Amino acid sequence: MKPRSKRLLLLGSAGALLIGAVALVLTAFQQNLVFFHTPSEVAEGKAPQERAFRIGGLVEEGSIMREDDGYTVRFAITDTAHVIPVTYRGSLPAMFQEGKGAVVQGILGEDGLFRATELLAKHDENYMPVEAQFALDQAHKAQQTVQY
Amino acid sequence: MKAKFLVPLAIFLALAGFLGYGLTLNPSVVPSPLIGKPAPEFRLAKLDAPDERFGVEDMRGEVWLLNVWASWCVSCRAEHPYLVELARSGGVPVIGLNYKDESDAALKWLRDHGNPYVATVTDNDGRVGIEYGVYGTPETFLIDRDGVIRYKHVGPINRDTVRKVLMPMIAELSSAG
Amino acid sequence: MIAELGHFALILALVLSIVQAIVPMVGAAKNRIALMSVGRSAAHGQLLFIVISYVLLTYAFITSDFSVKLAASHSHTQTPLIYKITGVWGNHEGSLLLWAMTLSVWTVAVSIFSRSLPEAFMARVMGVLGWISAGFISFTLFTSNPFERLLPAVAEGRDLNPLLQDPGMIIHPPLLYMGYVGFSVAFAFAIAALLTGRFDAAWARWSRPWTTVAWIFLTAGIAVGSGWAYYELGWGGWWFWDPVENASFMPWLLGTALMHSLAVTEKRGAFRSWTLLLAISTFSMSLLGTFLVRSGVITSVHAFAVDPARGLYILALLVLVIGISLVLFAWRAPKLAGGGSFDLVSRDSSLLANNVLLAVVTGAVLLGTLYPLFMDALNLGKISVGPPYFEAVFVPLMAPVVILMMVGPFVRWKRDGVARIVRKVGPGLLLSVVIGVGWAFAIGHVTWRTVLGLSLAAWVLLASAKLLQERFADRPGTALAVRLRGIPGGWWGMWIAHLGIGIFIIGVTMIGSLESHIDVRMSEGQRAELGGYTFVFRGAKFVEGPNYEAARGLIEVFRGDRPWTTMTPEKRFYVASAMPMTQVSLDIGPFRDLYVSLGDQLDAETWLVNLHIKPFISWIWAGCVLMGLGGIFAASDRRYRRLAERAAPADAARQAG
Repeated sequence: MKPRSKRLLLLGSAGALLIGAVALVLTAFQQNLVFFHTPSEVAEGKAPQERAFRIGGLVEEGSIMREDDGYTVRFAITDTAHVIPVTYRGSLPAMFQEGKGAVVQGILGEDGLFRATELLAKHDENYMPVEAQFALDQAHKAQQTVQY
Repeated sequence: MKAKFLVPLAIFLALAGFLGYGLTLNPSVVPSPLIGKPAPEFRLAKLDAPDERFGVEDMRGEVWLLNVWASWCVSCRAEHPYLVELARSGGVPVIGLNYKDESDAALKWLRDHGNPYVATVTDNDGRVGIEYGVYGTPETFLIDRDGVIRYKHVGPINRDTVRKVLMPMIAELSSAG
Repeated sequence: MIAELGHFALILALVLSIVQAIVPMVGAAKNRIALMSVGRSAAHGQLLFIVISYVLLTYAFITSDFSVKLAASHSHTQTPLIYKITGVWGNHEGSLLLWAMTLSVWTVAVSIFSRSLPEAFMARVMGVLGWISAGFISFTLFTSNPFERLLPAVAEGRDLNPLLQDPGMIIHPPLLYMGYVGFSVAFAFAIAALLTGRFDAAWARWSRPWTTVAWIFLTAGIAVGSGWAYYELGWGGWWFWDPVENASFMPWLLGTALMHSLAVTEKRGAFRSWTLLLAISTFSMSLLGTFLVRSGVITSVHAFAVDPARGLYILALLVLVIGISLVLFAWRAPKLAGGGSFDLVSRDSSLLANNVLLAVVTGAVLLGTLYPLFMDALNLGKISVGPPYFEAVFVPLMAPVVILMMVGPFVRWKRDGVARIVRKVGPGLLLSVVIGVGWAFAIGHVTWRTVLGLSLAAWVLLASAKLLQERFADRPGTALAVRLRGIPGGWWGMWIAHLGIGIFIIGVTMIGSLESHIDVRMSEGQRAELGGYTFVFRGAKFVEGPNYEAARGLIEVFRGDRPWTTMTPEKRFYVASAMPMTQVSLDIGPFRDLYVSLGDQLDAETWLVNLHIKPFISWIWAGCVLMGLGGIFAASDRRYRRLAERAAPADAARQAG
């Protein structure tokens, strides 16, 4: 093979690999990105149905309840403006507590109930998950624009 | 041909740009949405006299600081001498918001380390803290005569914060009107 | 007084690091031996003072000196001694000090073991390491002083985060840092080579053992961290594609590419500018990882508390170090001559292909890690990128890497024939697919991922066996011992590490396909079945630990009717930090782990109990051990020692003459 054509072949295969990789990354992004919404956005119907997303906020005081089967937990997550009811099956993470920040991932049902598949709580009691804080800040902004 | 050797540099600079921008998105530098807004109203029990209630309304007409603290918080311990110093200088009244704490521990803490607060109210369940968008302790709010939040400091204050940030703002707010 | 001494020692270390950064560089430029050798002494002095500083900080933790803010925040009088010691690095400030100390250890190691290098080259290596050290020590001193006082002192500390009070966490950070920081040596060699223009096979031979040793540490560090996540976080997962995990994985991927690229550069003189670029980028990834963990731009369960000033400082450091290196690269690298030429079908090109693939995988992981940041910066919404993305990208890109990894060793350097290679590997590849499909049917879990994983694993095992057999067939007639001795350590290293990847893939695929898990509500005497085991709950009782209180469940496990073992998962409450913790109970076996944790307490007698069976998880750890072992064999290859011995007299002669 001539050096020139060898070079072309090398560049060609490198280019093909790169295009393949980019295509792979893009499809993977398209299928697997999880968007984040605040409880207010969910209440206003801005969140998608049938697609997983995350909600951040505070676990409402006195809202954690176990159903009789022992596995299903019901609680509510709030940004102090709106409250979204959530169900989850399984054990709660140790740091998941009422009045503390948390992020839940799952799917919103047509009945307005959020079926969580994953619960995330920060492993440090002083700080809350950034996403949860974001939701609170947004709700404050919204409330103030309404009230004042 | 030489240009291809610049590609890594270009990629890195673009990345660094994004990272730098990412830093500005940091939650602790984004100004609080509360700044310039009226301080959320509360009426809470006083720490040293649980039967009495105290609130934002009682401070109307004064420039004051609201300091969120707890006895379990090590950083609060670090900022405490500066608060005591500030209170002793008499420049500004400081109100304490005792956040998610036990009253006995909090009272003992004030006895041990000095009490810079004109009044301390108890927010044991952290409800008011939520209203104020408290991330963690300590946090300090500067509130003007009309009850509007002018400044919010996340984390412990120190001598620099007092001298370079708080005192000038307090002086300005006190002289205005 | 102790804390002030420690602070002062750190300041002295900074001064020495600045001396080390400047004086040998000047010496190299002016060709003055006396100035060049200053670098070495400065490095030794710097290590001494950092160690003093580190020991004094540890002393403050051990003696519970809570007038030191760091100790007050991360220790407690009741904390067990070992966690007082490890608590020093269980926080931002202390771990930075550990970072700086590790760098200093590496620098001194280089100064001792690389005496045979030309003095001018060595001076530049010392200079580069001095700059990095000065950057990190000043970062520690100016933004994250570990000796900050808390006056008057508090009576009691807040204790170390209970998650970090674990044997895995005792060794994970030091191992990880040895790895991260170790790549600074290859980096310093690369920069010195760019500065001197000396970039040849000898350069690659010097860099190789250092890179390999750093890689061994990083491999071990990641594996231990993963093991920690497996049993400490209580979810039973071992890898979460969390930003902080990715931060350690990206340098590993690039470091792997660098090791192989250095091999080609040494043997064949090829890929020189690519190797240089990899040496720079591998260390850059380590720095980037440090930035991501400590700046707060990315959120993660492992991240340290947020401080924008620190983020800015370390970003500036990042831009300076990487920016200058890449400018230097763009300026000097084009002058490098082409090196050995090779054919499209050759071991050279198969190594290049794998190198490029590893770099692409790194890019994809980086993109996934930073994508939430990009979206946020462009105001396109808040998103998170979870494990599904990384798996979707990682698996298809790594599969060809694994196939090529076992094809490469059969291919000749420089030029080979397609027909010959197909003859050698074709049957094995076909057989692997057959085995993979059969295996998947045998375990009753036929998905494309299981078939792919098992086929790849089969291919690695088959090819390893064939490689070994060919190697032994090399010199027929000689005694086994002679033949064994004839095989260089480097070859064994390659063989063992590649075999380790095969074992690792078996572990990952089997656990992904067969793992089972149930949550059961259990009160005393109740039983549950999972995977052929019977779990009987014997109630939970209150126990008291040194710095925690716990409910300890007692679960008897039966295999059929035979008693198997007794498991004692705990739900702990750490008093000082007021944090609850789940302590998993494990029954480790070669083909499965039983993994039991206590969930929520439902009423006085009833608990939600989480039962897991984790098939073949030990194979994941075994694979990592083999990879590390392979690294050790490769790094201890006799050639490197002979090289040092041979070069020493030559160097002495040059200096004398």
